Amino acid sequence: MTVPVLDVRGLAHAYPDGNQALFGVDLHVHEGERVALLGPNGAGKTTLVLHLNGILTAGAGTVAVSGMPVEKANLKEIRRRVGIVFQDPDDQLFMATVRQDVAFGPANQGLRGEELDARVMAALDQVGMGEYADRPPHHLSFGQRRRVAVATVLVMEPEILVLDEPSSNLDPASRRELADILRSLDVTVLMVTHDLPYALELCPRSVVLHDGQVVADGRTYDLLTDPELMRRHRLELPFGFDPATIPGIGNLPA
Amino acid sequence: MGAGHGHRLHYHGHSVLHRAPAHLKLVTLVTFMLVVVSTPRGWFPVFAGYLLLLLGLVALSRVPFGYIGKRMLVETPFLLFAVLVPFIAAGPRVVVLGLSVSEPGLLAAWGLVAKGSLGVLASLTMAATTDPQDVLTGLRRLRMPDLIVQIMGFMLRYLDVVSAEMGRMMTAMRSRGCDPRSPRHWPVLARSLGALFIRSYERGERVHLAMLARGYDGTLPASSPRVASGARVGQGAHR
Repeated sequence: MTVPVLDVRGLAHAYPDGNQALFGVDLHVHEGERVALLGPNGAGKTTLVLHLNGILTAGAGTVAVSGMPVEKANLKEIRRRVGIVFQDPDDQLFMATVRQDVAFGPANQGLRGEELDARVMAALDQVGMGEYADRPPHHLSFGQRRRVAVATVLVMEPEILVLDEPSSNLDPASRRELADILRSLDVTVLMVTHDLPYALELCPRSVVLHDGQVVADGRTYDLLTDPELMRRHRLELPFGFDPATIPGIGNLPA
Repeated sequence: MGAGHGHRLHYHGHSVLHRAPAHLKLVTLVTFMLVVVSTPRGWFPVFAGYLLLLLGLVALSRVPFGYIGKRMLVETPFLLFAVLVPFIAAGPRVVVLGLSVSEPGLLAAWGLVAKGSLGVLASLTMAATTDPQDVLTGLRRLRMPDLIVQIMGFMLRYLDVVSAEMGRMMTAMRSRGCDPRSPRHWPVLARSLGALFIRSYERGERVHLAMLARGYDGTLPASSPRVASGARVGQGAHR
């Protein structure tokens, strides 16, 4: 088997106040996969995400991205390889224009001039925001800001795109547009979400995190149609939503 | 969206004053203020000259006088203080409109009002004709330490976000029958401002994390403003 894009082994983490969030997490994501990371509030999902690019350091265990261990010496390259889109676009967009914001990451890598501009426009076009390049980010709608936030990360040409609650606060149309964009990208995706229909729609595979441990890992459809597992880990489908009634869903590629 | 579009002080236009480089305007403003402050307050005609000069500039910038006039209200508390001076200052008294006031106090009050108003008028004219982002570029060009310029930039960016957040908190308070304006509810107001501070502080930390995640190493890409202006030309080719 090839080297996984994301290789997390025995990861444990306790916050300085002694509150332990992760207890030996194992997670492998291979190239081209789209994986959903599911779990109730407080399961440790965000803590796990912050380990993937070395913002938090492991108390025990290891994280490697395409074979490169996440440690201080590699941080620059790790942060290029792992692109995190945070939940609140206002936290991610802080420059005067959309263009400058998208250029922030590659400029930190030392890219300049024409090449930088070409990369920026390519990323904006991927999320359909090319014509907003010179607008200030805080004048855009929430859905547009979320898409620009995705572009700020795509522009780094990451090996894995990590999305924290990508569908939160989006209206149904923006939610679908974002799904179309994510499907069109040729990149490995790890998606942290509570939005189970969204996970089912986009991610063939899901991993369930509960109380800092991986408690299930399998086909999204199989997990969502296992009522006992769902109940045990505080996962609930929205009212009226039954994966089994979606035509052809059972035959999705694993 | 709750955040107001544009900035509250800037008045969009294309006059000579709008187009002048920001760092020149900054230096001129500071020099002008220093000259005004060091002018002896007895030189009444000189102050009239300053006022005419400023009014001329405002006319040149085509910013409506009313636009600047309304914003000059920010000076009011300061003016109230100046009005008190003639009544409480010592020295020989004179009678003005039937009131006995201190003569040196009167002169001091005039000095405060004249210099203060000229300063506010000049600053507002600068603010109305200069985009906030250009002010930052100007400061950077004047070799203001980069960290300070960065902090000011973030302040500009998050001013709307934080004030919209405060607006929502006020709405929530009103919806629960509390009037933030009434002194009876000031303790609640103070506590919610405390909460706002904590929330802004935590947002600051999240922004910093998001910056680190994109390879921030303490300096904003210095080229970015130039990239943006250069790219505006290239954008036509792109579409």
